[in-house]
Amino acid sequence: MAMAGLRTGEIPWCFSQVKGTIEDEVTDADIISTVEFNHDGEFLATGDKGGRVVIFQRDSTKGKASVSSPPMFRCDYNVYSTFQSHEPEFDYLKSLEIEEKINQISWVKHSGSSLFLLTTNDKTIKLWKISERCRRYNNLNTITDEGQVKDQSSITQLKIPQKCVEEITVEALPRRIFSNAHTYHINSISVNSDGATYLSADDLRINVWHLENTDQSFNIVDIKPANMEELTEVITASVFHPINCNEFIYSSSKGTIRLCDMREKALCDQHSKSFEEPEDPANKSFFSEIIASISDIKFSHSGRYILSRDYLTVKVWDVNMESKPVEVYPVHDFLRSRLCALYENDSIFDRFECGWNGDDSKVITGTYNNFFRIFDRSLKEDYCYEASRDMTTLGLTLRHKRVTPTGRKRKDEVNVDSLDFSRKILHAAWHPRDNILAIAATNNLYLFHEQQP
Amino acid sequence: MANKEGDNSLYPIAVLIDELRNDDVQLRLNSIRKLSTIALALGEERTRSELLPFLTDTLDDDDEVLWALAEQLGDKDFVVFVGGPSYSYTLLPPLESLATVEETVVRDKAVESLRAVSQQITKAHMEEHFVPMIRRLANGEWFTSRTSACGLFSVAYPSCSDATKQELIQIYRNLTSDDTPMVRRAAAGKLGEFAKALEPENLKQHLILMFHNLANDEQDSVRLLAVEACSFIANLLEKEDVEQFVIPTLTSAAKDKSWRVRYMVADKFTELQKAVGPELTKTNLVHAFASLLKDPEAEVRAASSNRLKEFCTSLGEEYRSEAILTQLMPCIKQLACDANQHVKSALASVIMGLSPIMGKDNTIEHLLPLFLIQLKDECPEVRLNIISSLESVNKVIGISQLSQSLLPAIVELAEDNKWRVRLAIIEYMPLLAEQLGVTVFEEKLNELCMQWLVDSVYAIREAATVNLRHLVEKFGSDWARVAILPKVLGMAQNPSYLHRMTTLFSVNLLVEVCSSEVVQVSMLPVVLRLAQDPVANVRFNAAKTLNRLCQKMDGSVVKEVIPCLDTLLKDDDVDVRYFAEETMNTVKAQES
Repeated sequence: MAMAGLRTGEIPWCFSQVKGTIEDEVTDADIISTVEFNHDGEFLATGDKGGRVVIFQRDSTKGKASVSSPPMFRCDYNVYSTFQSHEPEFDYLKSLEIEEKINQISWVKHSGSSLFLLTTNDKTIKLWKISERCRRYNNLNTITDEGQVKDQSSITQLKIPQKCVEEITVEALPRRIFSNAHTYHINSISVNSDGATYLSADDLRINVWHLENTDQSFNIVDIKPANMEELTEVITASVFHPINCNEFIYSSSKGTIRLCDMREKALCDQHSKSFEEPEDPANKSFFSEIIASISDIKFSHSGRYILSRDYLTVKVWDVNMESKPVEVYPVHDFLRSRLCALYENDSIFDRFECGWNGDDSKVITGTYNNFFRIFDRSLKEDYCYEASRDMTTLGLTLRHKRVTPTGRKRKDEVNVDSLDFSRKILHAAWHPRDNILAIAATNNLYLFHEQQP
Repeated sequence: MANKEGDNSLYPIAVLIDELRNDDVQLRLNSIRKLSTIALALGEERTRSELLPFLTDTLDDDDEVLWALAEQLGDKDFVVFVGGPSYSYTLLPPLESLATVEETVVRDKAVESLRAVSQQITKAHMEEHFVPMIRRLANGEWFTSRTSACGLFSVAYPSCSDATKQELIQIYRNLTSDDTPMVRRAAAGKLGEFAKALEPENLKQHLILMFHNLANDEQDSVRLLAVEACSFIANLLEKEDVEQFVIPTLTSAAKDKSWRVRYMVADKFTELQKAVGPELTKTNLVHAFASLLKDPEAEVRAASSNRLKEFCTSLGEEYRSEAILTQLMPCIKQLACDANQHVKSALASVIMGLSPIMGKDNTIEHLLPLFLIQLKDECPEVRLNIISSLESVNKVIGISQLSQSLLPAIVELAEDNKWRVRLAIIEYMPLLAEQLGVTVFEEKLNELCMQWLVDSVYAIREAATVNLRHLVEKFGSDWARVAILPKVLGMAQNPSYLHRMTTLFSVNLLVEVCSSEVVQVSMLPVVLRLAQDPVANVRFNAAKTLNRLCQKMDGSVVKEVIPCLDTLLKDDDVDVRYFAEETMNTVKAQES
């Protein structure tokens, strides 16, 4: 029985789909750089290093409930639209190349039949509108339905064109381009719950924009010191509160999360709250500062908790407690003794992301060797799985993976020395309601879902 | 085949209809703009039964096309093509759909057009078609349709039955407590105009309640819009009701936790002041305004500073001086030394305006020290703002009190490193000259004006020539001959051709304000000499200048110009020849 290996309370994950080429050769442009579900999870967007965005739509054909049968669980996502969001550019004034890589995608809440999302590379943010459009009409006056031009004299009566329903195409249009507001590289964009504004953060500054206004933005955080030699930290991520439109948080390379209230002042240089754990002097080493740097932060859906990811752990913070995190989960503690090697091959600077499940009871994050971990907050359990093409048999439940420090290797065990550091899961997203996971492994997107009874 | 010719005349319309769905957006736009032509050709019946449903069904177009469509349908003449006012309701479906699209500009246009159509709708159709549409929009799945609904209540309400009126009020109330802040914002934004449409008892019974809910909304972006509604509502209520219903909300908004709400109060303060009337201002608003002037957020202080003069001017005369001196003056003194330069410059732009209100003695005692502080401010904008409004102070206390500090400030600005600052001060020169009088001007400032003529930035040199003209207008032609012409004409000998050109540019402007005697005796010889300049640029500009001079001179003198022009007509440079010819034509025209 496939379910045999399950622990109590564990979700039986099984494979649903893999997107992207199955060839071993990886083109750099195909590497996925961000994964994001929209608010109701009906759509999923990925961005890649080649500046492309792919939008997937949840399979709608199986969703229809009938009298005799309940709706089937829809776990398949099909390509809805693909478009080139950013192109490589060259800044002639600064002699800088601007990569086309999509750093982040942020969905704007639905307000009609079209989809809206923000995409950003290092410098420029774009608002895209994805809509369905009829491109062909029949019953025209001057052209026959077969496309022949009619003779003028044959027109004896005026006709009104008719929509050709089969010929509906999906179009992506850049609605607005927000540029020239960031001196440093943009690391985050986040749409506000007021539905009208969003923030964009680079290494030293955070700006607020109105979605309809491209020619001005307001600087709300500026941590640039007067003298750049005094620079001690940079902003690594920033996000708005999911409910309170006036609050946002940002994380820093020093491992601090700051919460700011935009009601207090126009410039939020003074934070309202600062979440930081005092450093344990016993653990201090050359690498402490590097591994303390926070690579991603997420508010829980309720807005009560903040999830943060640093190099070795994910932490859950209670918004009401600044002194220390309420939960700390080690992601790959066995690497603690190998930081030196990871520093030498630059892996220590990898920016892993993290995410919540729909009811904030579980969190997900990635690690090396295409492994990803799920932590169950109430059961205090953690599960490690692998996103691998070997597992792509439909309906098979995922098996637990273990990394062992030394010794013999059993099935589903990997020796820490044979971990593949080039295969890593930086981006992982959990569906906002259902148990569906979207995992980006280099150039492939894996989708897993909870096995249905 | 009598039909044949008629068929051909259909062809242009046929093309127009097909182009409604052309791939080229420009052609679609073009067709939409000729929608009335299409409708006319189709006739009322087919327009209603075919064209409008077709348009309603095909709203997947570009925003600019949709915007144009919304505009066309709302045109007051379009209703003729559907069969006049009794069929005007047929225009509602396409506009209703347009009012739900994502793009704000399109929705706003659709709402505007719906409001226009509502003027032509019959009373019966209002309840039969218009109100059901409001109902649908207000219950729409997407927030976009609900936000659009908010703008339609005020036009529908007056012509409805009492029962429907109650229903509309109820629907509006639901919108003010909608789940999405976007809808609540729209409801707050349109609350004022809806209030105007309501009967007094409904206003007090229902609308005030909604107003209070919005003013206490959890999102500050909603609360700040309720501030705007404050003045609308206050205008509609009796004084006692304003005191009971509006003042508490207003005073709490002025102390709101969020600086954006306080900013809104500061920004709208004079409107609010007018709406609540002088008595309530005295008892409630002066204090609130003083606290905004002392706000911890610089943006709020700057916004309230901007309103300072207007607020003080509109205070009731019987308590004005006292209110200013006891309550506002301490704040103003702090603002003059604010840490934020936007605040200081906002204050500087209005502070001089207080002088006429406060009278001579108070100005000298209280305001003068602040003027002097601001005249020495490190930020040039602050100093400029003070200088730009000297006039009002001059009338009250005379400028002599200030001139000691004023002149150094002007000189410093005149030599500022930033050319935009220099440009700004040049523009105030004519005004300053007038205030200071000719003697002081000649003593202190004339030299500066001459200095600008040789500035390294063209924009400054250009402004300096315009300035000279204004000065001559004020001080007269004789003054020009003595005070500025020697210097201006002297530059004709400057080794740099750019400076020689400045002479010509100055002459171009001065010629209109100087007497013809000055033109002939002083200017003409110099321009004639410049016409032989080694630089072609100077020569053709001289030719252009001669053209202007000729128009101002007697016929006998004009003849003296002809030999010079003859030479220029044989010039090597094509531009010189061109302008010489133009001038020659003027001369000949004048002779005949």
